[in-house]
Amino acid sequence: MSRRQGSGIRDPGSGVGDQEPGVRDRGNPGALLRLESCTRAFGGLVAMKDVDLEVHPGELVGLIGPNGAGKTTVFNVITGIYEPTAGKVLFDGKDISGRKPHQVARAGISRTFQNIRLFRALSVMDNVRIALHLRHRHSFPAALFRTPGVANEDRAQTEEAHRLLEALDLGHLSGEAAGSLPYGEQRRLEIARALATHPQLLLLDEPAAGMNDQETDRLMEIIREIRRVFGVTILLIEHDMGLVMGICERIYVLDYGEVIAAGLPEEIRADPKVIEAYLGVENDEL
Amino acid sequence: MKSAAAHTIHTMISWLLKAVWIAGTILVLLALQPLLQSGAIIDPYWFRILLLMGINVTLAVSLNLINGFCGQFSIAHAGFMAVGAYTSSYFTLHALYTPVRNLSFAQQATWMIGALLVGAVTAGIAGFIVGIPSLRLRGDYLAIATLGFGEIIRVAILNIEEVGGASGLSDIPPLSSFFWIWLIALMTIALSRNLLVSSHGRAVLAVREDEIAAEALGVPTTKYKVIVFAFSSALAGMAGVLAAHLDLSIYPSSFTFLRSIEIIVMVILGGLGSTTGAVLGAALVTLLPEGLRYVPAFTVRGYVVEMQAWRMVIYSLLLIVLMLTRPRGLLGGMEWSWHGLSRIGGRWFRGRPSDRNLPPEEQGEGDLL
Repeated sequence: MSRRQGSGIRDPGSGVGDQEPGVRDRGNPGALLRLESCTRAFGGLVAMKDVDLEVHPGELVGLIGPNGAGKTTVFNVITGIYEPTAGKVLFDGKDISGRKPHQVARAGISRTFQNIRLFRALSVMDNVRIALHLRHRHSFPAALFRTPGVANEDRAQTEEAHRLLEALDLGHLSGEAAGSLPYGEQRRLEIARALATHPQLLLLDEPAAGMNDQETDRLMEIIREIRRVFGVTILLIEHDMGLVMGICERIYVLDYGEVIAAGLPEEIRADPKVIEAYLGVENDEL
Repeated sequence: MKSAAAHTIHTMISWLLKAVWIAGTILVLLALQPLLQSGAIIDPYWFRILLLMGINVTLAVSLNLINGFCGQFSIAHAGFMAVGAYTSSYFTLHALYTPVRNLSFAQQATWMIGALLVGAVTAGIAGFIVGIPSLRLRGDYLAIATLGFGEIIRVAILNIEEVGGASGLSDIPPLSSFFWIWLIALMTIALSRNLLVSSHGRAVLAVREDEIAAEALGVPTTKYKVIVFAFSSALAGMAGVLAAHLDLSIYPSSFTFLRSIEIIVMVILGGLGSTTGAVLGAALVTLLPEGLRYVPAFTVRGYVVEMQAWRMVIYSLLLIVLMLTRPRGLLGGMEWSWHGLSRIGGRWFRGRPSDRNLPPEEQGEGDLL
């Protein structure tokens, strides 16, 4: 019973997405995110080996690769869930490797998860409001006594969360439990929640997983619109080649934890190493 | 955008309303105290149970903060209660020489507030110290670690001669009263509710729901666990202060893990994660064993069945039946609210679910429940 009119994202108005794309890289052509020969090993298993990766401000970059190639490990290393065994993660010029996930979030990186991680028992509204906590100003004791300042900020948070939900066509569901939403809407809510932290960089982990072609098309539009309206830089992991080739400006291909190719979608499509990684080597070539 | 002046006036009115509420509550409690104590409405036996209920409400609501809202299963509450009870009693026993009956009300109140502060601060610090190492653990491991710490606190007290060892402390000044017990109970409920509807409270819920997602959104999960644990312990410490200055003697054996389990039963019976449930659970667990004293004896084929003797068996069976029929507790995590009440009321009158925050065009369309 979706109520959406059209498929475009409405401008959420003041407060959200007031960053213009490209504003941050004024006079600084450097990368927003740079992985410098990052390695992550789990005992003897090297899930990620000497990965070099760069995302420039305003870009939409794809990270693809066969199952078990280490794509999610890359995300986990960026967001601080894992510390790199070797190498550095630089964000906005600062070394963030070894920081705790909440510190990375504070620095301006937000993400979604491959297996949706919503706060299922809480309402759609609360899911988004929790993400606004990052910019909360009042102390714990002030909250205990609910000072007028706390009450005001609470109202402001609710309004902002509402604008964001409206922007992603979820406004009518704000009172529902997040776990009760249909799959596609849960994915959209996770994106709304990630945007609520006002990230500079948004990491999307297989946003189209489990979606049909129609839903995937709609998702592509949403991602494009998010980028336009919120001015956020995006790095996304995806299996769906159609989606990746359709919207990504540059693509990294990962296989067995190593970057085997990087470049424009057309180049990747034609790269023999990529074809080999995805389809295996043909027998008569041997 | 509101103007600055309007904003200031709004803030002042908010503070004023708050002050009126607090003053009103204090006045009502002060007025009730002599009325209830006189025995005109309830006899001294039930008055005493009402006092114990107030202490249990404080304990259950504070434990619900950490077990229910933050999702960290702790079994150390009796230990922190003991810390509050012992430190405050030691304080009043040594600092207060004059017999309490010679003190004016204002002096008594000052001593009581002092004792409460001593108990809350020491128990809070104890909670902080216990919380830092144990909150790295999860689930069953955390439960066992806190169980251990609770016992360590008790055994430590047992071996400190200065506080009486096994024979405990006695002749504690009788500072506690209906007024103080229920003031602290209501305060605990109010603080708990305020926290829950705040941004910090939602962060605490996020820790319970999914720690990885909470971290990814910038919620420092460890910090919140330790803060809530210490705060919850401080409230338990206050309950300990009130109990000590009510019973006038305390022993290490009153703070075994069985006491902790009793508090957990209150919280789970009422519904984990609901302040209303914790209050209800505390009331039930206090009242049931006492109320069952009134089950009359009956005769089967000449044998007199003394139901009194079976009191605790019936109590246990009742708890089992309650948990079987309502596994998520009496309230199942729901809270009492005027809004919820009006919704239930609306359903009764109109015979269908009321509209749940739907936009106008969707109201009245389709039954959602």
